[in-house]
This record gives sequence, structure tokens and C-alpha cells, in this order.
Amino acid sequence: MKRLKLKQFVFLFLLIPFSGFGQGSISGNIETIYQYLITDTLIGANQPAEKSLVNSYANINYRNQGFKAGVRMESYLPRILGYPDRFDGSGLGYRYFGYENDIVDVTFGNFYDQFGSGLIFRSYEDRALGFDNMMNGFRIKIKPYKGIAIRTVYGRQRFSFTNGQNVYSPALVRAIDAEFNLNEWFPKMEEKGYRLNVAGSFVSKYQRDNNPEFILPENTGSYGGRFDFGFKKFFLNAEYVIKEQDPSQDNGYIYNYGKGILINTGYSQKGFGVLLSAKSIDNMSFRSDRDAALQDLQIGFIPPLTKTHTYNLVATLYPYASQPNGEVAFQADVFYKIKKGTKLGGKYGTDIALNFSTAYEPIQRTSGISPNDSSRVTYESTIFDKSSLIYWRDINVTIERKFNKKLKMKYNYFNLVFNNDIMKLTNAKGIIRSHIGVVETEYKINRTNSVRLELQGLWTVDQKDRGNWATALVEYSISPDWFFSLVFQSNYGNPIEEDRINYPIAIVGKIWGATRLQVGYGRQNEGLFCVGGVCRFVPASNGLTVSFSHSF
Amino acid sequence: MKKIVLLVIVLSSVAIGFSQEEKSIFNSTVPGVDLKDANGKTINTASISNDGNPIIISFWATWCSPCKKELNTIHDEYIDWVEETGVKLIAVSVDDERTKSRVTPYVDSKGWEYEILFDPNGEFKRAMGVNNVPHTFVIDGEGNIVYSHNNYAPGDEVKLYEVILGLTE
Repeated sequence: MKRLKLKQFVFLFLLIPFSGFGQGSISGNIETIYQYLITDTLIGANQPAEKSLVNSYANINYRNQGFKAGVRMESYLPRILGYPDRFDGSGLGYRYFGYENDIVDVTFGNFYDQFGSGLIFRSYEDRALGFDNMMNGFRIKIKPYKGIAIRTVYGRQRFSFTNGQNVYSPALVRAIDAEFNLNEWFPKMEEKGYRLNVAGSFVSKYQRDNNPEFILPENTGSYGGRFDFGFKKFFLNAEYVIKEQDPSQDNGYIYNYGKGILINTGYSQKGFGVLLSAKSIDNMSFRSDRDAALQDLQIGFIPPLTKTHTYNLVATLYPYASQPNGEVAFQADVFYKIKKGTKLGGKYGTDIALNFSTAYEPIQRTSGISPNDSSRVTYESTIFDKSSLIYWRDINVTIERKFNKKLKMKYNYFNLVFNNDIMKLTNAKGIIRSHIGVVETEYKINRTNSVRLELQGLWTVDQKDRGNWATALVEYSISPDWFFSLVFQSNYGNPIEEDRINYPIAIVGKIWGATRLQVGYGRQNEGLFCVGGVCRFVPASNGLTVSFSHSF
Repeated sequence: MKKIVLLVIVLSSVAIGFSQEEKSIFNSTVPGVDLKDANGKTINTASISNDGNPIIISFWATWCSPCKKELNTIHDEYIDWVEETGVKLIAVSVDDERTKSRVTPYVDSKGWEYEILFDPNGEFKRAMGVNNVPHTFVIDGEGNIVYSHNNYAPGDEVKLYEVILGLTE
């Protein structure tokens, strides 16, 4: 019965364009990732029984005046390496329809949304990671009066895509958010350069008590308030959230309340920008299944306060991930442009970016609390109260300079402190310290041809963990449609001699406007692949990867 | 399997349907999504306009080096582009909560004069059919999407400017 409904729905929506009432328009995209893998005993990669793997997606969105509808077909035949092993089959992974005008916007079916910074509600998709906690239910957005926006969502979250069908969370998620833009009420404020937004949200989940040992709360509420203040080039925004009793596998079935705060402040003017951030998290894992683990069924999103690195060694070897059970973190950024025409700045000016981020263990006070007491409140804590146990530190600097019309250079240095007892990335114990240097050179041969070279080195202090690494990358591009790159990564300084493995990869890409085809062949190191603080472990592999994408 | 057959039938009928119509049904205008600008004001993307002059919409992120290269390169020539064609560039940041706060300090330090919009949960990105960044669109004076390119290599800005010049001549 359920399947029939879906089909009718797809038909209905796809036939609308031809039914003669107005034109409407269609947009969407297609993406396919294909892998043919071979066995490589050196890196422990085995050829899958199917030999080739493919993920495929087609998104289609239709809109006509206020009406909108869309579907996404997904295929895992079978899933590519590193994707959750419960993903398989082909079918409809996402569908919605809705209507909007100036006052209301309603969506039925699947949708994504985020309240504030997302600490207590963020439903989003990151296909590169196989992450998708979309909602299935309905959403209503109302703008009842100028400067007021109210959103309410109701539904279950996607957990998996199995046998070509979505599997949703056991818990029901209900939430409301109201935002007030005060500038719309007091135009004088804006004239004087002030900006102020205030908002509040409430999220609740319902899951039946399925535990024989404890009496679990079936409804768990979470709420928070936030503001965003600005004065000319200065800004300050913050969000504070509280979560009620939410015993779960993550927190060891304790009955503590959770809390979290995120603050950002910054100032910028032409040629200069500074940003300071602080975050304190305690018992804030919030999922639509109290027994879920890893990246599954998260209702909230706790952003890691670290820079998203792009160079391969620094991005993939020791990435930091947020600790929802508790962490105290800080970050500072400075962007500065040394003026052009000066001795240091050169003809075009020189850009400097400094970034510092760190995270610590929070203090959990247990004095006066009996751990076996029936309340199961196991500790007390205060926001920003941190111990001396470091989880992470990153000090990095980037200097970018254009020497002439053809030549540009970028110098980078990173100093990382990584607590592997917490992160458990490899078997190494304790803190791993490393120095990383990257030099990037870009040379424009003529109007359409250019070449880019990256040299990277990573050295761990005392050759700890996997020791030293180097990466060399050469990329030749012909604007606007071709690129060729060779990447050579080597774990040349591994303390274990037989693990000194090289990872060469060759990639060719061709672009036709919004269509892109990329073919790569080579050996890929195992590692954590992270985007936006969510990480996916990808095993080592050797073989061919072809990716194709097209937008329309 | 049934679903795949269904999809093929529907898609091919869509294709046939389109080939018979003169005006394409494929996304010709910008879909409406509420985004915040650098001042926290909500802007509906369908209402983006530039007095009949062309608009460039460029999807980027602070962690995307080719995106930054593209926007910094255009920045060097932007004053001339605006003078010659009246073009306006809207840089849509897809940075999520982790890096969103870095956008304004970064933009100001580079002195970009672009209009900045924030798309932290990828809603506009999805509506525009963008798979990955950088992805750059050109909108003509009537609000039609006339060009789209998903990549940046040095020199791509020349092609981009040719498209814009073609619209204003």
C-alpha cells in the first residue's frame, strides 16, 4: 500500500508539466560514482565479490508558481567503499511536495532544515560522506508579520536506505523555531548601523521506553535561545541550549541534563579580519534513537571549532571531530593583507592568515554525588570549566603572495596536537604531535594553460604513530574544460619498515559547463574522510574511480 | 526494478515532451529560497535583480581553494567588469556552522565588493542543482539562467566574461 502511494505520487508530480496549466520549471542533477577495485595485499585491500561498485543519484525538482515538488532516485549497486553497509538497492530516497506564498510555506514528505547553529536541530545531507538525516513528515513556515519567521517540523529521520527503501528513526521528532528580526521593527536602528536578530527554538523527541532495566523518559525536550548582534563591522552571536534527561548509549544511560553554548565574535575592515569563537558542550549527544551510534540519527549538530583544511596530509591524517559528551573549545582567526606597493607586500600585496584552535576535556565534579544513587545524575559541571587534559590543538599560518602575472606562491605551516586516546584513530597511545609544511606554486603559462604544484610534508614528533609522510601533487589545467593531476603520497618515515607504503594516483577530468567527468586510478590510503565535522572511515583501496555529475 | 522502468518511461516522456515545446521547461529562472545576507537580513533568491543587467551567482566556501581563487581573480577585474557591463556578482557561501563565521572576516580582508549570501544547510544549493563547489551561474537581464560552469581553472574567468559581454552587447 505504501509503495503504491509513492508511485502515484511520482506520476502525479511528473505529469503536471504536461497538463497544460502553465509552464513551471524543472531543475536537478545527476551524479554517479563508479569503482572498479583490485586486490592489493600491501595495503590490505581486497577486491569485492562484485568487482565493481556504483552509487548513483538523480534529483529532480519541479516548481510552478507557488507549487513545488521533487524526487531523488538513489542506487547502491552495490555501495562504494566506505559507505554504511546497510545501504543497498535502488529506489526513491527522497520525495516531497509543497506550496509557498509570501506568508506560508508548507512541505510534505522529505525535507532538510536547520535551527540556528544547528546545536539542537539540523537535518542535512552530505553525500560525499553517505550522511543523510533528512526528515520525513511535514514542515510549515509562517511569516505572520514583518520581521517574524516561525518554522515547525514534525517527522522521523532517515536512518538507512535498505532494499531500495528508506528506513526511518524509531523516535518522532517535533520542533518549532521562532525568529525575530528587530531591524524590521525599528528602522532607525539600522540607520545607525545596528543589527539584531533574536530567536528561540524547542525540539522534542518521543521514543517508547524499550529498556527493561531503567524507567526511561519517553519524551525528551531540548530548547535554546540565540541572538545575532552587529554594529557596523563588528558582530557577536551566541546560542545557548539545554537538553532534558536523555539516557542513551552515548552517555551511558545517565539522567543528567545536557547543555551547550557557542559564541562567535569578530571585526573586519578592508584588508583585515579577526574572529574569536568559543564552545562548551556537556552531554549533548541528541539522537532520534537512544541506542544509535557513530553518525546515525543525530538530531543536533555540534560543529567542531577547527579550520577545515584542504591539503591532503593535514586534512586526512589527524582530523578532529566534536565530542558530544563534553568538550571546551576555542578558536581564533586573523586575516591580514599587507598593502600592495610596500616592501613586504610586493606589487600585488601579500595575504596572511593565522588560525589557532584548541579543545579540552571538561571538568565533571563528582564530590557529594553517589554514583549508585537512584537519580543516576552522575556529575555536576559548569560551562567553560575545563581540565588540563588537551584533546586537540592546531596552530597554523598561511602566507600567499602573487609575484607577477604568472606566478603565485602559498606557504603553509601547521602544528598539530592530537589526543589519540580520545580520538582513537590508530593504535598509538597518548598525544601525537606533528609539524606539517606545504608549499603551493601556481604558474600560468598563458591565457588558458596553467600548472599547479603542491609539496607537503608531515613529521610526527619522535616518529610517533605512523611517522613521517610526504605528498607531491602536479596539476595541469586547460581552461575551461580539462585537468590532469598526479598525486604521489608516501609514508616514507613509518617506524615499521614494511609499512613504508607509497600511494600514487592519476586523475583526469573533463568539464562541459555543468557536466563533469573525472577518472582516477591508483592506490588510496585508508583514513578518515571528514566534511563539516562529520567523518567517515574509508578503507584502503586500489583501482579505478569514475565520477560523473551533471546539473540541469 | 519496477521503479527503474517507471523512471525510464517517465524521463523519456519528459524528454519527448520538451522536444515539442519551444520554450524549455528546464530551470530557466532562479528558484526562491530564503537566505540571510551579511547583515542578517532575509533575502528571497527569486527576488534577486540587477536593473536589467546580468548577474553572476557563484557558489563557494571558505574551505574551497579553487572557489577562492576564482573569486579573488574576478575581484582583480571586477571594477572594470561592473563599469563595462553593469554586472553584479552574488557569492553564495555554502559554509556550514563550522566555518560560517569565517566568511565575513575573510571577505572583508580580501576587500571583495560582492553581495554575500549564506546557505549553511545547502537549501539553495539543492534547489539550483549544484553537486559541488565551485559552481558559477550567469543570469541575464530577464532573470534567465544562461550559463553554468562547475569547476575553476585559471583562465575560466575569461570565458565567463565573454558570456557576460555577449549579454550586454
